[in-house]
Amino acid sequence: METVTIGKALNLGLRRALEDDPKVILMGEDIGRLGGVFRITDGLQKDFGDDRVIDTPLAESGIVGTAVGLCLRGYRPVLEIQFDGFVYPAYDQIVSQVAKMHYRSRGLPIVIRIPFGGGIGAVEHHSESPEAYFSHTAGLKVVVCANPNDAYWMIQQAIASDDPIIFFEPKRRYWEKGPVDTDAEPYPLHAARVARPGTDATVVAYGPMVRTALDAATAAAEEGRELEVIDLRSISPLDMAPVYESVRKTGRLVVVHEAPSNVGVGAEIAARVTEQCFYSLEAPVLRVCGFNVPYPAARVEEDFLPDLDRVLDAVDRSFGW
Amino acid sequence: MPDAVALYRTIRLIRRFEERAIELVRSGDIVGGVHPYLGQEAIATGVCAALRPDDVITSTHRGHGHVLAKGADPARMMAELAGRVTGLNRGRGGSMHAADFSLGILGANAIVGAAGAIACGAAWAGMLAGSDRVAVTFFGDGAVNQGVLLEAMNLAALRRLPVLFVCENNGYATTMPTAGAVAGTITGRAAAFGIPASTVDGMDVSVVLDAAREAVERARAGAGPTMLECLTYRFDAHHTFEHRVRLRYRDDADVAAGRSRDPMQIQGARLDPDERTRIDVAVETVLDEAVRFALASDHPDPAGALDHLYASGLRARPGVA
Repeated sequence: METVTIGKALNLGLRRALEDDPKVILMGEDIGRLGGVFRITDGLQKDFGDDRVIDTPLAESGIVGTAVGLCLRGYRPVLEIQFDGFVYPAYDQIVSQVAKMHYRSRGLPIVIRIPFGGGIGAVEHHSESPEAYFSHTAGLKVVVCANPNDAYWMIQQAIASDDPIIFFEPKRRYWEKGPVDTDAEPYPLHAARVARPGTDATVVAYGPMVRTALDAATAAAEEGRELEVIDLRSISPLDMAPVYESVRKTGRLVVVHEAPSNVGVGAEIAARVTEQCFYSLEAPVLRVCGFNVPYPAARVEEDFLPDLDRVLDAVDRSFGW
Repeated sequence: MPDAVALYRTIRLIRRFEERAIELVRSGDIVGGVHPYLGQEAIATGVCAALRPDDVITSTHRGHGHVLAKGADPARMMAELAGRVTGLNRGRGGSMHAADFSLGILGANAIVGAAGAIACGAAWAGMLAGSDRVAVTFFGDGAVNQGVLLEAMNLAALRRLPVLFVCENNGYATTMPTAGAVAGTITGRAAAFGIPASTVDGMDVSVVLDAAREAVERARAGAGPTMLECLTYRFDAHHTFEHRVRLRYRDDADVAAGRSRDPMQIQGARLDPDERTRIDVAVETVLDEAVRFALASDHPDPAGALDHLYASGLRARPGVA
């Protein structure tokens, strides 16, 4: 067991994947010589060579399309999209090619890593949460890590998967430390997990908002309310069983994500919980999300992003229903 | 290398395959129509004749000719168009997404220009594996304005990938004349990346074959990509939908001029008339069987529409609209 940052855990996971399978190659902008703008691939080109850790031109559509061709000839490309907003030029390749290939012919073991979300003062195009676009698309799988142990294991599991996976990394949490158990049996990739047990209300979050939800639970406990925090981990497929179980126990659900609420992941969760847990609900499912505007300027992003107070306020509203 | 007879046979096969497919569109056996390759047969035939079985191609929405020229079974191709379970992709791909990976046919592709990057990836995979396999990407004059194709050319030139960019300039992007859509020249785009390019007569299969052979040899020798602009003319509709809704974007004089040089007649004139007749009869026998096979094959089970979404076997949620 060692204590490392989420960023370092990803680096260690990628290193192990490169060691374990010679067909794994990393591709992306500035990932080789520099080691990535967030240093996630630091040192990997030096150790594995520029045939396996490849600096590409700044051309996201071409990167993903090239990876499709590599995949069809037996490689397992792991792509880094430098910032969330940069994935949009590649959106066509991901949605039109990557997602649809298996349904009509054969699968593509591609992993597309995307540092996502705000909180680093980087404004629009560099702070976005595009997970709903990809979760909406059949044929893709979408996962989000929230702590170093998951970062280490989930990236390896994603690379070993024969399905295309959009792998979201909570960029503002890259520097947060936690334990990584490199010998433990990893938790299943597409399973949600109770991050903190509680009895009074359920808070569902993923990625950077897991930390926010856990902080809210700590604060709520001081006021005598025990929040159960669930880390979704997988957005597509959604693992709803632990959510249903929790809501049947607590009767209250708050969903937290940075992406705007409109037609988002929270709406899907609310719909499914309403379908499955209707008679257990003491209050409507509430969402704490980004507002329905483009990601705002750096000086106001703290007002845009869900925080501890907004989560607690939603919990209060649920109890006050 | 194929002789004049073999080249004629392939052209004739494509020509008559397309005419038979159009009949099946009219009879309602092929649903959704097709983009006929009529008039452009010499390009697929000549280019694929320069390839080895282990070389790979990517194709377009107007892709039947490429798929057949690369060696796909006409019966399974016809079954694919008719959406039958015996089709190349079990009827799940249809006209615009036929693929046969065992023959290096990485798929037709309905997104204009998108396959250029995929071909680059396949070529790159060959290089990484130490083989001298070549990848060909077919595309039309409409694709030369797509960003991803330029990304692919840049990457191919940068990495000296063994790729042939084969532009089939038939004068129209759907209904838009090339002159109205393409600034500069098509070969000029290749020149911008330092890719050798030439414009050749796409109606004469021997001219196409000679040019393709030279380009393939360059690629195999490690000298990188080449572009061929093959001038041709689409004899029939952009899509069979035009047979019902007459789009008046080409006048009679234009069509007559375009059809005045017919790749089948040009190559057929090089054969002994008796031999040509024998080939024509033999091709008809193959296509009689292809149509019989397609129409005798089972339709897919509608419930199967929920299957084969993921390599992991994950299915769409049952009972959800």
